[in-house]
Amino acid sequence: MSHPVNDPHLLTLSVNDAEHEVVVEPRRTLADVLRHDLRLTGTHVGCEHGVCGACTVLIDGAPARACLVFAVQAEGADVRTVESLARDGELSDLQQAFGDHHALQCGFCTPGFLMLAEGVLAEQPDASREDIREALSANLCRCTGYQTIVDAVHATACSRRGTNA
Amino acid sequence: MTTTDLPDHSVPHEAADPDRPVHGGHEHSPDEPRFDGRRGRWVGASVPRREDPRLLTGRGRFVDDIALPGMLHAGFVRATVAHAHLTALDLSATRAVPGVVAAFDAADLALGDIVAILDRPAEEFTPTAMPVLARSKVRFVGEPLALVVASDPYAVEDGIEAAQVSYDVLDAVTSAEGALAAGAAVVHEEAPDNVLLDVSMFDTPGVDEAFADADVTVEVTTRSGRQNALPLETRGAVAAWDARDDQLLVQTCTQVPHQVRTVLARSLGIPERTVRVTVPDMGGGFGQKCVVGREEIAVAAAARRLDRPVKWIEDRREALTAGFLAREQTYRTRAAFDADGHITALDVDVVCDMGAYSCYPFTAGIEPLMASAEMPSVYRVPAYRVRGRAITSTKAPTAPYRGVSRPQYVMAIERVMERAARALDLDPVEVRRRNVITEFPYTGINGVTYDPGTYRESLDLAEATIREEGWYEARERGRQDGGRHLGIGFCCFSERTGYGSEAFAKRKMTVVPGFDISEIRMDTTGSVVVTSGTMNHGQSHETTFAQIVADRLGLDPEHVKLRQGDTERISYGWGTFASRSVTIGGSAVALASERLGELLCRIAAHLLETRPENVALDGDGGVVQLDDPSRRLPFADIADVAHLRAHLLPKDVDPTLTATASFDVPGDGTFSNATHAVVVEADPGTGQVRILRYVCVEDCGVVVHPQVVEGQCRGGIAQGIAGALFEEVTYDAQGEPSAASFIDYLVPTATEIPDVSIAHLETPCAFTANGAKGAGEGGTIGAPAAVLNAVNDALRHTGVELDTTPIHPGTVLDALEGTS
Repeated sequence: MSHPVNDPHLLTLSVNDAEHEVVVEPRRTLADVLRHDLRLTGTHVGCEHGVCGACTVLIDGAPARACLVFAVQAEGADVRTVESLARDGELSDLQQAFGDHHALQCGFCTPGFLMLAEGVLAEQPDASREDIREALSANLCRCTGYQTIVDAVHATACSRRGTNA
Repeated sequence: MTTTDLPDHSVPHEAADPDRPVHGGHEHSPDEPRFDGRRGRWVGASVPRREDPRLLTGRGRFVDDIALPGMLHAGFVRATVAHAHLTALDLSATRAVPGVVAAFDAADLALGDIVAILDRPAEEFTPTAMPVLARSKVRFVGEPLALVVASDPYAVEDGIEAAQVSYDVLDAVTSAEGALAAGAAVVHEEAPDNVLLDVSMFDTPGVDEAFADADVTVEVTTRSGRQNALPLETRGAVAAWDARDDQLLVQTCTQVPHQVRTVLARSLGIPERTVRVTVPDMGGGFGQKCVVGREEIAVAAAARRLDRPVKWIEDRREALTAGFLAREQTYRTRAAFDADGHITALDVDVVCDMGAYSCYPFTAGIEPLMASAEMPSVYRVPAYRVRGRAITSTKAPTAPYRGVSRPQYVMAIERVMERAARALDLDPVEVRRRNVITEFPYTGINGVTYDPGTYRESLDLAEATIREEGWYEARERGRQDGGRHLGIGFCCFSERTGYGSEAFAKRKMTVVPGFDISEIRMDTTGSVVVTSGTMNHGQSHETTFAQIVADRLGLDPEHVKLRQGDTERISYGWGTFASRSVTIGGSAVALASERLGELLCRIAAHLLETRPENVALDGDGGVVQLDDPSRRLPFADIADVAHLRAHLLPKDVDPTLTATASFDVPGDGTFSNATHAVVVEADPGTGQVRILRYVCVEDCGVVVHPQVVEGQCRGGIAQGIAGALFEEVTYDAQGEPSAASFIDYLVPTATEIPDVSIAHLETPCAFTANGAKGAGEGGTIGAPAAVLNAVNDALRHTGVELDTTPIHPGTVLDALEGTS
């Protein structure tokens, strides 16, 4: 049986500065469209109910859970995923800091933390280490105990504002 | 010794001198590999992780990232009641849902059961079977009943919703006490008493006499809640039948690819050569993925039946309710002490609620047997009695979880030490000092020989650190002012890592893990690929194993590539669990590298027209002639000959450059150790416990990569704190799990987990090739006891003693209010 509400929609999504046309059911999440239609599999899905934050992307610059957003809602917005961070094969300062501080082990939560951190650093460039810890409590990591993630984001914050960590 | 951020003021330790290798408690044959104290250039350095660039840029490949042409998606119809006879399972409406391609029940797939057995008499162990899909009876909420295959995951959900299931509901069995009660519902007919294992492993002479003569007897009942290991990547698999290769390719996130292959082949009734299991990047495992899952078998069977690739990705609800759980244990511990605070006997009854099924290959005996074998911990216990039982209940089944029983038995004996200290009016650290093993090798009352470690030294350094930082004074000030409730807690423990075949055989498993194999190949450019039967899922093997190879061959790690997770690349392996990877897998890798080095030298000597004794690896990617260092052959030149100009090889050397090695830890294995020290504050307003300071002093032998070891410590401690203060899977009287989402299962975040200071002591292991001991689990082991002891210290003035984890704020609040 077919419900009009389930009829596929043709969307244009702007992801990482590229326009993509996709045909999706209204119930299809942005996370699924990014991962399975656009094959941008860096965005991970850890809980599908908006708690773990592994699917965090930037929508118009603000961190958002891609598992809680329908793809149809993202039309007209600027969507950024982890694939946008490195430029010309060079890791971004934040990615480099994650590596330097061993802020990732299995790496499953990492794209979500990177995108969350980019959002936090854009919004609070003067964030202290405790501010950063508080903000990063939005996402779950099961491997690191968080300390090195906080360190990496704090180091990036300091270097971006030209101070020492 | 290296310390990171602790004052470098103590811990002189002889064994830390690399020129003085320590000697273990094992007899070695002359050709048996052992650590010779050599240090290389790469081992010991925190080199950049090889895994990082792809994981940081979103280019890792996890199971759910795999898409195959024509791939279908699968999901499971799962039981909605805990205990019932299945009276009807009607999939006709499911099959009519748009997008649904097929739906299979147990009869459709006709798969063999998963059965794990211990070679123990019937009065000790009852074998039970775990069907891939439930046939006539369901034993927990979430048990898989049928597999739905559809064109996309959304249609799968529609199909699952359309399934019609009828039950004849039976009483749920939701606690060990309930399972053991007279008239309890029977979970498995084979075990009418709901006991799957009942082993009295030790009853040494003198236990009763020691209690009769005791100056102080301590009795404590400790409990720990049921926990989920909770890898952030849920389980999942993609299976495809390849008609051309006559082979089923199963890409699954497992810690044990060969065990999945073995069980899969037997369950499907096909030769094992027709199954290939590969593992892409894994988003954690922590033990939950070191057992064979029924879902990965069902998905493979569906792919073969449909001749289409089929993917299953567990959702979080399934992971929380139907994934393998762990840790629900109760210890009734009695300990006898003399007036000087020496323990004279230990008498323990351990009951573990293992849930509905026995896991493969470890069985439901995993937790009670681990506890029974290791319970005396780091202390000299002269008399020991233990009974361990595995109870079956109508809850999700269990698997080994990081630490396996050690967080629990360590908590039990550390509570004993704290209570003895109170009874004897001694400092709790002092009681530990009087009992801790200080001379090695030490053979305990449990028959286990402990290789050298720094039990006492770690305890001293942890205590000194807390003392020098002024926490004892802060605690006293808080007590005097009456305003702040600070508590200091310690936990001193050791941990057997890298169990070899001999140690596992003592458990009487009929499937005996232990050895590991490595093969190393050099290509024509002088670059190497090395394999291992271990399975990285966050532990950084690609980096650390490359460091090991690099040192053995004198080759930059950039030229070393580790391949794991492919059953076609290695004849058999045991995967990653029990902190075995660097100890066993790393030793096999080191030995294979040395053999390749010997081969390179032999060929080089021939090409340089000199004696084999006159050449050596030069540490820089080549072989040098010792009496004339100007004569040198880079590996690429030797490799070129070995492959492309084989007619130039010595007559008794085969073409190409490969070497293999196996390694198995002898005897009782090697023990890592640590002391954790914690300062907490209990909030009288909310009952919340906040951790103010966390210090870990650990010894895992030679540290291959300091940053990685510290990462393992911190991550393990976070999971231990999670068990101590937050996480618990509970069930209602009908056996319905209370936590089906992260709203109810409280996973700690960055604001709950404190920074952890780590100091390393180093007692090289004498019988692993690199001197390394395991480092994967220790953090998780020490945290619950240390936190619980600290909370009790904070509540000391209330007279309340807590012996159960997780510690709920309400319990703390009641204790504090009772005194105000």
